Amino acid sequence: MIILVPTPLRPFAGGLDAVKVSADTVAEALTGLTLAHPELRRHLFTSDGKLRAFVNLYLNDEDVRYLPEKEATAVKAADTLSIIPSIAGGD
Amino acid sequence: MARTTDPIALPELTTDDLSRYSRHLILPEVGMEGQRRLKAARVLCVGTGGLGSPLAFYLAAAGIGTLGLVDFDVVDASNLQRQIIHSTKDIGRKKLDSAEEKLRALNPALNVVKHETMLSSANAFEILKDYDIVADGTDNFPTRYLVNDACVLLGKPNVYGSIFRFEGQASVFATEQGPCYRCLYPEPPPPGLVPSCAEGGVLGILPGLVGVIQATEAIKLILGKGESLIGRLLLVDALNMRFRELKLRKNPECPVCGPNPTVTELIDYDQFCGIMPETPQEKTVKNGIPQLSVKELKRRIDAGEDVFILDVREPYEYQIANIGGKLIPQNDVPQRLAEIDRDREIVVQCRSGARSQRIAEFLKQAGYAKVVNLAGGILAWSDEIDPKVQKY
Repeated sequence: MIILVPTPLRPFAGGLDAVKVSADTVAEALTGLTLAHPELRRHLFTSDGKLRAFVNLYLNDEDVRYLPEKEATAVKAADTLSIIPSIAGGD
Repeated sequence: MARTTDPIALPELTTDDLSRYSRHLILPEVGMEGQRRLKAARVLCVGTGGLGSPLAFYLAAAGIGTLGLVDFDVVDASNLQRQIIHSTKDIGRKKLDSAEEKLRALNPALNVVKHETMLSSANAFEILKDYDIVADGTDNFPTRYLVNDACVLLGKPNVYGSIFRFEGQASVFATEQGPCYRCLYPEPPPPGLVPSCAEGGVLGILPGLVGVIQATEAIKLILGKGESLIGRLLLVDALNMRFRELKLRKNPECPVCGPNPTVTELIDYDQFCGIMPETPQEKTVKNGIPQLSVKELKRRIDAGEDVFILDVREPYEYQIANIGGKLIPQNDVPQRLAEIDRDREIVVQCRSGARSQRIAEFLKQAGYAKVVNLAGGILAWSDEIDPKVQKY
């Protein structure tokens, strides 16, 4: 599946805007992502392994937080995982 | 909502209005009643910069009755790449005055209310209370949370837009049935993680795209027509010209808009966002890195001291202006440590002092004993030491 990397996090993913991973669940996909790009880990997760609260994860167009199985949700090869961080620019 | 929608109470349209808004009047979705609703509406634009420029312009063009503007800033040349409500002759002038002049030139019937202040917990309720809709065009996280909370607590929709480099977001928060900003982002990012437009750069057209989307959403709310972005997050990727949509839900545990709110009044948003007031100490040491002033650097150079300046900007920036430092762009530093002498004191320099601070901290962690950050960067050098060094 494809994981879309938002602009603020691209420097930590080697400049990539999308990363391909093989995974069966959302959690596995994230593990795959941070294995390939370890610098991303501290931007996405707290020290006790929880997803940071200013980062949102969407499986296709649904917020993973509100899926019944959350990060354990099964994913298909054609699915897209989007990381949506908060941005504040307006000026 | 306090907004008047009772047709008897809506203001009448003048003959000037009828000719000016003819293209609206012949649209079934607007018509006479819709135009009268626009005329009755009071919208507050927080910020008259990148987002605020197109926002305010199009609201004025559409015939909004009252437009409030909040800004305390002054027009700078670097604004003109995107803040199109300001002109070259306005450089140095208050943004509020510049904006008011252009808005009234476009629509003399517009009632412009200027709020020359920084929005804060102390004044937000007082300022917001007289408006029906708030459009957030600010550029920092504390104000985003402040505007959101104030809108939820006062019951005013928050037409949201934000930008970063070439990506934008838009939605409508703080309606009764929809989510608020905190439902999407319960916590702000740690300070320094997401650069501002000044540090990260922004494609000039981007706030134009997003600001007009915000104006559109405000107008749709007033007219009560079309499908609002309530409950949807619009993502704009201007570089690839892709628009995506994500579903937003009201967080049942939202501390502000949920059924069991814990935030029932405005808080200290700087503290919430982890922004500590700068202590006198920090002017000299920040996160363990001593801050070197440009004056002190100049003194050392003139005294013939052995100074190693590490310039961590990009090659194109070095071409615009440099002070003779060794150029290693920030992303290359980890791979090129062999070129940075561990025995010398390293003065890390960038444009404004932000990137260099981060690289200085990185070097310290990598075991460099003597690292200092050039506070204010090449901009401070140009301001205080040598104006011939080009600012950009």
